[in-house]
Amino acid sequence: MFSRTYRLVVTVPPLLWISMFLLLPYLLMFCYSFWSVSAAQTIVHVWNLDNYKELALKTVYWQTLLRSMWIAARVMLFSLLLGYPLAYFLSFYAGKRKDLLYQLVIIPLWVSYLVRAYAWKTILGSDGVLNTLLQYAHLTKHPLDFLLYSPFAVVLTLTHIYTPFTILPIYAALEHIPRNLVEASHDLGATPAQTFWKVIFPLSIPGVFAGATFAFVLSLGDFLAPLLLGGPSGIMISNIVVSLFGAAYNWPLGAAISLCTLVLVVSLLFFSERLEKKWSFS
Amino acid sequence: MTTIDIAAAPLTAIAGAPTLLSIRNVAKTFGRNVVLRDVSLNIAEGEFLTILGESGSGKTTLLRIIAGFETPTSGEVWMGGERLDNQPPYRRRVNTVFQSYALFPHFTVEQNVAYGLRVAKRPEAEITQRVAEALDKVKMSAHAKSKPSKISGGQQQRVALARALVNRPKLLLLDEPLSALDANLRRQMQVELKSLQREVGIAFVFVTHDQEEATVMSDRIALLRSGELEQVTTPREIYSRPATAYVAQFIGHTNLLRGEARDGLVKCGALSWGAKLPDGPVLFSLRPEQIRIASGTQSTGAVRIEGSVVHQAFHGATELMRVECTGELVLTVRTSVMSPIGSRVTLEFFATDAVPVQESPERR
Repeated sequence: MFSRTYRLVVTVPPLLWISMFLLLPYLLMFCYSFWSVSAAQTIVHVWNLDNYKELALKTVYWQTLLRSMWIAARVMLFSLLLGYPLAYFLSFYAGKRKDLLYQLVIIPLWVSYLVRAYAWKTILGSDGVLNTLLQYAHLTKHPLDFLLYSPFAVVLTLTHIYTPFTILPIYAALEHIPRNLVEASHDLGATPAQTFWKVIFPLSIPGVFAGATFAFVLSLGDFLAPLLLGGPSGIMISNIVVSLFGAAYNWPLGAAISLCTLVLVVSLLFFSERLEKKWSFS
Repeated sequence: MTTIDIAAAPLTAIAGAPTLLSIRNVAKTFGRNVVLRDVSLNIAEGEFLTILGESGSGKTTLLRIIAGFETPTSGEVWMGGERLDNQPPYRRRVNTVFQSYALFPHFTVEQNVAYGLRVAKRPEAEITQRVAEALDKVKMSAHAKSKPSKISGGQQQRVALARALVNRPKLLLLDEPLSALDANLRRQMQVELKSLQREVGIAFVFVTHDQEEATVMSDRIALLRSGELEQVTTPREIYSRPATAYVAQFIGHTNLLRGEARDGLVKCGALSWGAKLPDGPVLFSLRPEQIRIASGTQSTGAVRIEGSVVHQAFHGATELMRVECTGELVLTVRTSVMSPIGSRVTLEFFATDAVPVQESPERR
């Protein structure tokens, strides 16, 4: 077996790292959420539940959180609808082009998030590519203004950005399905459609859950897309947290919101992991 | 291509039984790799046919062509009056037992067996009854509600069998289904499989590389070498009348005697006997059990030779003894007697037991 020294050398650095940069900040945030800000803009280190009361009573926070979840849910749905067929095609029908196409799915991840978000801005803006094209084709007289600075723009951009994150786990799950199961299904008289719904899809569900979780959780916490493309109607919970920690200088309230979101996300992850386990059979 | 005088034999199936499946001049190439060349074979109704061959001989490819997982490069497959090779696997009344069983991991044993009937949209009452019968037939009723991962390899094997048979196919294909089982279980399953086949009366096409398995179970053996059929006949016939040197060596042990025929006399090194064969080079297969250690006077029609024992190996009930005779001739003899290495023995066999066989030249 490994020596004691070896085990220490291997385990201590990551543990230190996690404690310093993950657990400690969370602990600080936890503390902050029970403190408050004085009229003189200083943090008052007195334990109270005022921040949580404010969250419970002021509807704006609730509404924003619900809107964020609704946006995240739509991103999740569209990413799955786009990602599943692509992953399925990649795994079952791409043949020799499989590796190339797989790389093409990954390459967008190398491009900066900011660049991709700005790209959508130039496409969707009132002088943007899409509106110019529509007017040129005489489909509309005036630029469509709902395209940019709306929840629509946020959902579109986030779907574009997070679809690869749903494709990869679904692809991995599909690749794990032994091909002789597909042959066995055909052999027993099942048509390709029956085979898909009775064998392939059920066996790929762990990947679907993993992909859905990625898309939902990453979108829920996103603040750049709503900031750049969301406009007033597309504000998400992270934007509120950012402003509370920034201009508004209300760290305690910001910490309370962050903590609530964290609890929500962690319980979602827990739930999705349970579901993934339930649906895996290997 | 060498023409073998049994070339017509592949087309004759079991005496009297009508032909179920007809494989006509099937060839298959993968890129530059020729896997099957010009295979013709008829399978009779209710027959147990084994496709026997080494790995890479094309036996699994032939099975996959019958099942519909591969399309032949040329040639046709017919079942009854219906052409099969251009139909997808799910339209063929053929079922397969896969080498690794391929049970659906997300279904129970029962749901696995019901699968074929469910996709065919049979009434639920009929499904329940037929699944119960099929599970009973393979003695797996007790595990109906188990997931495949919770049962042993041998049990998975039975479930795979039930899942195929429940659909009452006209033909059942089995792709080395016993190769993953240990020796004892394998022997037991050979017997069970054979009796199950007799009971259900469905034609079985069984693929294996194990010549013993093939001889124990089959009505007929189709021996495949490098993508061509070498010989198709009953196990008894293939053993006692091998058509080629390859067949003789592949099925059991044999002595290959290479020699020359001239004026009704065969000469193989120090051996010679009378035989009505055309003049030219000849090749004989002589089974070790056809050679005896001789004593006393020579029997009429027997060929005798002397030699010294160089090796002896224990093979259960009998021993295989290697005897070096004069003229660099080494014969393998099956005997029940122990003889010390180096001792002199006289060997004897009947000339009629030496079976003339075709040469088996290298292919590809």
